[in-house]
Amino acid sequence: MLNNIYNIFFIPEIFLACSSFVCLLFGLFLKKNAFRQTSNLAVFVLLLTILLVYYDSESNFANYKSLFSHSSFINFFKILALLGSIASIIISKDYFLGIKLKNFEIPVLFLFSTLGMMLMIASNNLMSMYLAIELQSLSLYVAAAIKRDSISSAESGVKYFILGALSSGILLYGFSLIYGFTGSMNFDDISFYLSKYDNLNLGLIFGLVFVMVGLAFKVSAVPFHMWTPDVYEGAPNSITGFFAIVPKIAAVALIYRFCLVPFGNFYLEWSQIILFLSIASMFLGAVAAIAQSNIKRLLAYSSIGHIGYILIALVAANDDGIKAASIYMFSYMIMNVAIFAILLSLKVKNEYLINISDLKGLSKSNPIVSLSISIIMLSMAGIPPFIGFFGKFYVFIAAIEQELYMLSVLGVLASVISAFYYLRIIKIMYFDESKSEGIINFQISFQSKIILSLSLFVIICFIFYPSLLINISASLTI
Amino acid sequence: MIDWPLVSVIIFLPLIGALIILFIKEDELTSINIKWAALLATLGTFILSLILWLQFDYSNPSYQYEEKFKWFDDFNFFYHVGVDGISLFMILLSTFLTPLCILASWNNIKKRVKEYMLSFLFLETVMIGMFASIDILLFYIFFEAVLIPMYLIIGIWGGNRRIYASFKFFLYTLLGSVLMLIAIIVMYRNTSSMSIEFLQGNYFSYNTQLFLWLAFFASFAVKIPMWPFHTWLPDAHVEAPTAGSVILAGVLLKMGGYGFIRFSLGMLPEATEFFIPLIMTLSIVAIVYTSLVALAQTDIKKLIAYSSVAHMGIVTIGIFLVNQQGLEGAMMQMISHGLVSAALFLCVGVIYDRMHTREIEFYGGLVQRMPLYATVFMIFMLGSVGLPGTSGFIGEFLVIVGAFKFSSYVVIGAAFGIILSAVYMLYLYKRIIFGTITNNKLADILDINTREKIILIPLAISVILLGIFPNLFLDPMRLSLELIITNYEIANAK
Repeated sequence: MLNNIYNIFFIPEIFLACSSFVCLLFGLFLKKNAFRQTSNLAVFVLLLTILLVYYDSESNFANYKSLFSHSSFINFFKILALLGSIASIIISKDYFLGIKLKNFEIPVLFLFSTLGMMLMIASNNLMSMYLAIELQSLSLYVAAAIKRDSISSAESGVKYFILGALSSGILLYGFSLIYGFTGSMNFDDISFYLSKYDNLNLGLIFGLVFVMVGLAFKVSAVPFHMWTPDVYEGAPNSITGFFAIVPKIAAVALIYRFCLVPFGNFYLEWSQIILFLSIASMFLGAVAAIAQSNIKRLLAYSSIGHIGYILIALVAANDDGIKAASIYMFSYMIMNVAIFAILLSLKVKNEYLINISDLKGLSKSNPIVSLSISIIMLSMAGIPPFIGFFGKFYVFIAAIEQELYMLSVLGVLASVISAFYYLRIIKIMYFDESKSEGIINFQISFQSKIILSLSLFVIICFIFYPSLLINISASLTI
Repeated sequence: MIDWPLVSVIIFLPLIGALIILFIKEDELTSINIKWAALLATLGTFILSLILWLQFDYSNPSYQYEEKFKWFDDFNFFYHVGVDGISLFMILLSTFLTPLCILASWNNIKKRVKEYMLSFLFLETVMIGMFASIDILLFYIFFEAVLIPMYLIIGIWGGNRRIYASFKFFLYTLLGSVLMLIAIIVMYRNTSSMSIEFLQGNYFSYNTQLFLWLAFFASFAVKIPMWPFHTWLPDAHVEAPTAGSVILAGVLLKMGGYGFIRFSLGMLPEATEFFIPLIMTLSIVAIVYTSLVALAQTDIKKLIAYSSVAHMGIVTIGIFLVNQQGLEGAMMQMISHGLVSAALFLCVGVIYDRMHTREIEFYGGLVQRMPLYATVFMIFMLGSVGLPGTSGFIGEFLVIVGAFKFSSYVVIGAAFGIILSAVYMLYLYKRIIFGTITNNKLADILDINTREKIILIPLAISVILLGIFPNLFLDPMRLSLELIITNYEIANAK
């Protein structure tokens, strides 16, 4: 099986881990421009990792005694996370230089957190799952607090850390209950053991609920969402961008795998929890975002709402659901990359844009940017012909396939409520008369421009050739 | 027959115009180029759509000029467009009114000309696309995409309360259409087909039909609009710029009627039979109530907006009579209302451009200074009242003839509404046009200029043409409507 010991370096995760250390040393020994060079190297490393994931053959020697698993679903989400992480490193480079935060550790932290996410997505064992989550979260705690002289950044880091540690504790307790009652940590073994029973005993139900709480915290589903707006608001904008784009991908993949692999036969037990999380997230995300004046808090609530829709597809728990989740997650990533690429380049009086009301008059001073923001907002609201609509459409197809009519109707109602605050941003840009014009500056680097144009292209042109993504997502198996 | 994709060209020509405009840099000098580009694109679309009519095969009840491509690999979703007798005139109405709208906004839109023309061209594409699509998903995408340009048109170029009106318009209609999305998915799940052509029939169980019908009703009743879902309409009409009101009244309201004919009648016949009393009640209430409300208005645009609700009440009665006269009358009423109310809004625009107010009190005695204006306004006013010889008469007459077969109570309600419509329109005309000029500001108001003549005279001609030669319009749609009625009767005879 192992023809050559060097082949081990071509396993994507091992490659990424080694390269992350190389990046760290690289940054350490550079005298000038350490941040910029390390970022470039990090992007390069991530690109190579994508190639490795893509060409990673079906040889299962990377399983480490089935600590990790291997499937098309896993690969898809790994590539999604890697793409998101590349995009967010590129779009945040200029921002970091702009606020004079030139620690070369930042891209390295992103690399480690991405590594954690890849392991999370692939994990097939409670232990490896926990370790992967911790690797991912620890890097993110540090990243949130990276701006050491800023009180809000430190606050958000500490908040994230304390709540994250609490949720990890709950998660671990759930794991221990599951281990205690099934005698195994392996997903497949748990599934095999449980297949002998018709229903779960009380201990296992407790374990399941505890794990669900921990995972809900990671995907920031209501009522475990409290940290999201605060952390989004406090962290530097580009870190917020990373938070919004990447960890959600991994957490969603994980919650899907955890529900469908070990507990696949106990749909009724976990679907009630997910159902509640989904409805609560959609409505809270829609209603709470209306009153926000800070664009980062608004996007936090918007992401909570989006999680609600993805969880609908999980409640559906069929092949269409997996397809819907991957399409939705893809559209979610693209839309967030686009909006953050713009936000990280907008300056109001030499400060980066925070208040939504500062967008006033943007349509006059910068028509292309305001048009782009409008398109992204309409897409997030799920208005055709943009990609966001197709995400929602597939989610509802999956739900109706499972005869979840009530949930679908609630979902579309929440989407109407949420349309209000997306439209409000367009209203501020286009309808409100601004007296002071030209205070908004839009400066974007060439690389971010490419990322932005690509993502806008996908948002607008998805409708013309949807089959490309849909064929891939239809072939995914969990 | 034509061997090139005529329908697709008609759908996407405005969008190509929009792309060209996107690359014209806007400043004082080039804004005229933007206007000309928009006008040429819309005129070209109109001329092409005339070919649709000239080459139309009257003896074929189903779709013509069909184009079909596989669109999604995993489901049976197609890019499938075509034209039949029902959609033909809806498309013509859209392509006819849009160039007039561009002309009507020639001088009075001064800010953001580029975005304005972009919105209108995009709007035209989605309107035509919606009427031409045979795939329900395609229909839905166009149906909802209409909201985007209309939201911008009301919100950017509208009046004082434009923000309130634009949000109300968007959210109200979105709420209706998302429920339709659920219904569409349920239909797909039951039949594995999204073809409007295929689904014309009776494919769903009775209970499913009832729920589907209600979901579609939520969407179309808001759009058309029926009482009590009409409250967005007066706001949107009053706040929208003139051309926005024209499109709103001329085409967007017809989307509701079109949807009722295609979806409710065509696909859910048994549920339609069940809900006919509801529709009739709501329609009669709408006709009488909104006519009375219109009588009390002090704003000209609001008056015409309420009269629209009343006229659409006649349309819904006609549609849900489900007989030849009723449906033909409803279609004629939709076309006629599309022309007449559009023209009335344009007429209001003429005096609004001069005086910047729409208060009825402000005007009076315009006939002294604007004889030509008084003449064309009269033609449209009489068209709205339904005087024989104008387009309005044909529609109302046919609906009432059809209603006699159904119930004489409905006839009484509809006729009462028609009398009321004469009251409020004549009263409006008397207050604005007749009498002596009492307001000094009106002393040197100018009569309509060449541009306004170019806009209003074709409309006046078509209103009279429709009234004198209704068969020109009724013949192409007759077989398509008969097909729907036959399907409906077969389904309910079981």
